[in-house]
This record gives sequence, C-alpha cells and structure tokens, in this order.
Amino acid sequence: MKRSELLSRILIMTGTLLTIGAPLFFWTRTPLIHARMAENGGWNPDVIQAEVGKPLRLSLTSDDVVHSFAVGQMDMEAVDVEPGKVTDVTLTFDEPGTYTFYCTRWCGPNHWRMRGTIEVGGSSSDPEPVSVPLYVTLGLDIDAPHDAPVVPGSQPSAARGERLAANLDISQFTNSASYLANSPYQVFEDLEKTNLSDAEKWDVIAYLWQSNTTPATLAKGRELYAQNCAACHGENGAGDGVFADDLAKAGEASMQSMAGATDMSMQAPVDFTDSKRMLGAGPALLQGKILRGGMGTGMPMWGSIFTEEQIQALVAYLYSFQFEYPVAE
Amino acid sequence: MAKFELTGNPFIKNTLKNRWPQLAVFIVMLFGYIFAILAGLVGTSVGSRNFSIVFVWIAWWAILILVAVPFFGRGWCAVCPIPLPGEWLQRGAVLAPPEKKPRWLNRRWPKVFRNIWLQNVSFLLLALFSSVLLTTPDITGIVLAAMFFAAMGLSTVYERRSFCRYLCPVGGFIGLYSQTAPIELRIKDKQICAACKGKPCYNGSASGYGCPWDVFPGGLTKNSYCGLCLECLRTCPYDNIAINVRHFSADLARPSARMDEAFKAFIMLGSAMIYAGVLLGPWGTLKDAAYNVGTSAWFVYAAVFLGIIFVLMPSLFALCVSRFENFTLFKKRFATLSTALIPLGLMFWVAFSLSFVLTNASYILASLSDPLGLGWNLFGTANVVWQPMLTSILAPGQTLALVGGLIWSARTAQKAANEARTPSIPVIAYCCMTTLVMLWLLL
Repeated sequence: MKRSELLSRILIMTGTLLTIGAPLFFWTRTPLIHARMAENGGWNPDVIQAEVGKPLRLSLTSDDVVHSFAVGQMDMEAVDVEPGKVTDVTLTFDEPGTYTFYCTRWCGPNHWRMRGTIEVGGSSSDPEPVSVPLYVTLGLDIDAPHDAPVVPGSQPSAARGERLAANLDISQFTNSASYLANSPYQVFEDLEKTNLSDAEKWDVIAYLWQSNTTPATLAKGRELYAQNCAACHGENGAGDGVFADDLAKAGEASMQSMAGATDMSMQAPVDFTDSKRMLGAGPALLQGKILRGGMGTGMPMWGSIFTEEQIQALVAYLYSFQFEYPVAE
Repeated sequence: MAKFELTGNPFIKNTLKNRWPQLAVFIVMLFGYIFAILAGLVGTSVGSRNFSIVFVWIAWWAILILVAVPFFGRGWCAVCPIPLPGEWLQRGAVLAPPEKKPRWLNRRWPKVFRNIWLQNVSFLLLALFSSVLLTTPDITGIVLAAMFFAAMGLSTVYERRSFCRYLCPVGGFIGLYSQTAPIELRIKDKQICAACKGKPCYNGSASGYGCPWDVFPGGLTKNSYCGLCLECLRTCPYDNIAINVRHFSADLARPSARMDEAFKAFIMLGSAMIYAGVLLGPWGTLKDAAYNVGTSAWFVYAAVFLGIIFVLMPSLFALCVSRFENFTLFKKRFATLSTALIPLGLMFWVAFSLSFVLTNASYILASLSDPLGLGWNLFGTANVVWQPMLTSILAPGQTLALVGGLIWSARTAQKAANEARTPSIPVIAYCCMTTLVMLWLLL
C-alpha cells in the first residue's frame, strides 16, 4: 500500500475514533441533573445521596423550559436552571435526613409536582424531636367543610378594631394559643356577650389577627405566597392564578375519565377572598392544609419544603385577603 | 458574458487536481458530521443549545442556501462527507485507484428509478416532519445517521454514488438550483471526447475514478447531475475538462422537459411558502399541527401540504399554460415552462432562510463553546445571549430577494416560452401571484 493511502486511512480512522470517543468520554463523566416539566418526567435523577458536612456539588440543566432549583427547609437562594445551560450548585447539609428539592418557577400546571429528594446520611450531633402538627393535637378534621355561617358585610378593619378593643376585655383572645386554635368565626361567636354590632365584632377580630403577627412576617408571607401559591391561587387570592383554568379543566377531565389515581386528579384552586371559607378556618387548620396538602385536589404538600415559621407567615398573609391590615412593603 | 475558465490558471487547476486538499476538507466535514450525529444523540435535548441542530439547520443551511447553491451550484456535493465511507468500501481505497474487479455487487441502479422522483419523495418525507426534525436533536442525529448508513449500504449494492444521485433529499434541489449558479464543469472540445478511447472520465483509470455521479462529462449540458467531484479533471488524458465561471442561470436557457424536475420545482416553491407560513407565521394552531406528528391535526397538515404541492400549485400552473392539444405536448410544455419557477424557488428559499438564519445565528457562538450542553465553555462564548442579527436589513433583503427572483423568473419564463412557442405572460402572472403570497407570508 502506498504511503499516502495508508496515511489517509490512519487519519480518517483515528480522527473518527477521537470524534466519537472524546465527547463520549466527557459526556459519561459529566453527570447532570435534568429538569423537565412534570408531565415529561420532572427531575432526573429525583433521588440524590449526600453525606452530612460533605459539600454536595450538583450540575443542573433543563431539557425544556426555565426551571429553578431550591431545597426545602434550607436557607438557600433558588437558582435558575435554564434550557441547555448548566448551573452548578454546592450544598452542605448539617443534619442527616431526607430533604426535598423542588422547582420554584411556574413551569406548567403540574409545576409543583417537580420534586425530588436528597437523602443525607450520617449522624446528627443535635437530633431534633419530631413535633406533631397542631391540627393533629387539636383533633381538627382539615378535610371537613368549615364554612362560616355569618360573614361581614364589608371588609373588617384592624385599625377600627384596635380602637374598639381599647374598651373591651379581650385578654382571652390575644394569646397565640387562642389565635392558632380558633377560626375567626369561632371568635365572632365568643364575642356574642359583648354589645358590639356584628361589623364591630369583625373589626375586633381583624385587630386580634393582626396583633398575632407583624408587618415583617406578613411581608415574608406575601413573598412566599407570590413565589409558591399565586400561580394557582392568584396574586390577589381569588383562586384565579395563571394555571387555575388548566387545573379546573384537568379536574373535570379526570372526573370524567374515571381513571382514578392514574390520572392527575385536580380541581379549581381555592379562593381566599371567599369569606365563608376563610373566616370559618382557623390558623391551625390552614397550617394543616399547607403542611399536608389537599389530598386528591392538586394542592401540594408543603410540609417538607416550608419551615414552621414560613407556614405561619403564609397563614397570617392569607388572612390579609379578608382583613384590612397593613403589610410592610 | 463570455465564460472564463478557472482551470486556465495553473495554480487553481493543480490545487483542484490534487487529491489532498479535497480529502482534507472531506475529512474535516466527516468529523463534523459524525460529531453532529453524536451531539444529536447524547447532547442536550434543547435544540437551540445543541451542536446538531445549530450547526446543521442554522450554520450549514445558511451556507448552503445563501452561498453554496447560488454561487457554487453543487459546490457542497464536492465536499459532502456522506459518500466518503461508502466509496472507501466500494473502491477498497481512499486515494488509490480501485481494483479492476469490483469488491461488492456493483449493480446498475434500477432503470425505473433513474430520475429524481425518489429524491422528491425523500425531501418531502423530511419536509413533512421538519418541525420536529429541525428542533429535536435526537431526531436530527437519527436522520443524519440514517443518511450516512444508507449511503454506505447502497454503495455495497449499487455502483457509484447512487445515494447522492438518486436518494439524497438535499441533492435533488441542489441539482435543480445549481443550474442557476455561475459556475460549471464542462468539456472544452467535443471532438476530443468523441475520439477518446476508453472514456476514462466515465470508466476510471490509474489517475482516478470513473464519474461517481454516473455522468459522461462529454455530454454535460447542465449542472444538475454533475457533483463537482473533480474526478474527470484528474482522469481526462487530454486536459479537456474545464471549470468555468459563467453568467447566472446559463443552464436555464435550455429548459429540460422532465416531469420529475418540474415537480421538484413545485415541491421546492411550495415548501418554501409552507415553511414561511408554519415556521415564521403567527398561526399557533398551524405550528402545533406541524409539530405534533401522528395526531389527526398533523395528518390534516400533511394532506394540505401535499395537496398544495401536488394538486393546487401544479393545477393553477397547468391552467396558466394549458391550450387545447394532445396530452404529450401539454406535458412537455408544462415541464418546459416550469423552468421559470427555478430562480423563483431559489430566491424564495433565500428570503425565507435569511429570516430564520439571522434570527438564530447567535446560537452558533453559544453552541460552539458548549456543543453538547454539558456546561463547557471552550471558546468563552457559551453564555452569549440570543439576539437576532441585522434586523434592519432583513425586510429589505427579503423584498429584494423576492422581487429579484420574480424578475429573474420572468426573464427565464420568456426564454422558456420562446422554446415552447407559447406566450410567457401566463407564467409570469403565476410567478407574480406566488411572489405576492410569499411577500405576504414573510413580511
């Protein structure tokens, strides 16, 4: 064989092998966590192993639209995961346990189903006792209807309530245990003994609710609400978020198909401006709903993502759709 | 304008005759092609960040339709890597002359398929799935690999570059539009070819291979089926092959009257218009129908697509050119006059491609630095932000291309009409009508 022929063959063969081999080599050595809309598979892999105290470096990419990555109950800023780009995140866990990571971008009607877990192994230096949620201690059935039979004619004002409360003995209602355990309507009933008009009672209740939170907490609640709840429940709480129509439609379709659990059962999101519903629900009940999620309704379970404090901030903020009180800007 | 013989320059001629420069380009293209397949299969599934989509459907397509075809005709075929492995198999060598006895079956291509109908079909097959093909890296990877292996497989059964000549979905329209290019490979003196014994340009010799495109250069009158592989330049013992620069659309002065080519012109004209509507238009339902392959909406879209190309456009054209006469004559005139659609179709594609190439060109830089979407930044351009380019010249450029195409077509129609001894006005009217539709679709 002539040298030129041999040379050309060697060139083609080695070049071809390199063209195939080199990218494959690097490809197998770059483990990526792929984000896809929940309908197309969500996170892959969705279970990640880690060790306490050992930095966990993750490379995230999106295969479709912009997603975002955050770990529940962890003090971290959510990072955007853009289509075709790679975002690196390094996490260090102080406590062992199962952490939930999730998408914080409204990527589709099933956005909240985009979740995965990080299983952090190792021993804990300071194990925290597991606390039972308040709604369980109180024996509340959070799935039972809880509508308030009486609602105010106009929006109750905390400012007016504060002025009225100055002349009342309401000490039994001002402690946080009472606030958490009772619905506004229960307090309304308890105020029967007073000689306030109905509207005045509601104003006092608005004040009581306000006194159990702070403008800063409400602002935190609003931020969490905007990030995590508004997509379905709507920016103004009216149950009219961008996905509300899709959820209602999907709910109808799943009811009609009788496919049961194989279909994603959903329904129209709850309207927080509905006074009957909201004034009949106490903070412990709302906390329970957020914590556990609305089973079979499409409302996600947030217990693995929000801290106790964050849920309380959210609950306080939810009442601002009923009561007139200031939220810090 | 008289022809200017490029190969008259000894440097150009020797560079072209030498196998190494062409082989070097071939090899680079081959690696690029293989990498595009690989990127499609293992790279990110986000089309705009994947080398296969960005380099094939944006960069290569831009070069092909805006530069290679209009100015170099089949220039792309001269360096396309697809036939390389097949020819190596067929010849048993990359550079050395083939053995006397063929290694494989070496059959003649079936006579019934010795036309471009199969290329029409293969193009349409891709065109019907184009919304998915152009955006989904793994589908692009699979299609590129399928073409690669089909060419290789066919080389073991049939002689020469049968895939390129009869099946390649791209080769068909490159051939059609190469007739308009200002470059040609032709013989210098007919008498020399007539007297030449052995015809090494077709049969091969120690200096090179017999025409891989199954063409006898002595009979070349148009560019359509000459792949510019330059073998005849190497094998001709009489130095009778020339590469000439000529005026644009020289081949169209002698219209061919072939139905397969006539329909190629309709397919290309029609699909440019449909693409403009689907890919650049504001109609979401249409986009969804084209994208959701296999759904009933897609079947409707496919039926309408084929209906426009095979029924609506040819029927309207037939109405424009029909006269009372026998069918054979009518077919001949139909095919002859459809030559006028060739420059129009080319310029439709130029106008359409300008739009999506300028819109998407900025993806090229990002994809160059991170071709597989693995988070690399090889050239520091991985995070270049997407930005449409030269937006100010887009609309004027497209209008110029379309109006220029119309004038060019009108001139071609006049020549073709003279040939067919028929008035050119109806054909020009047809071209005007389609141009107006295209202008509306694009602008």
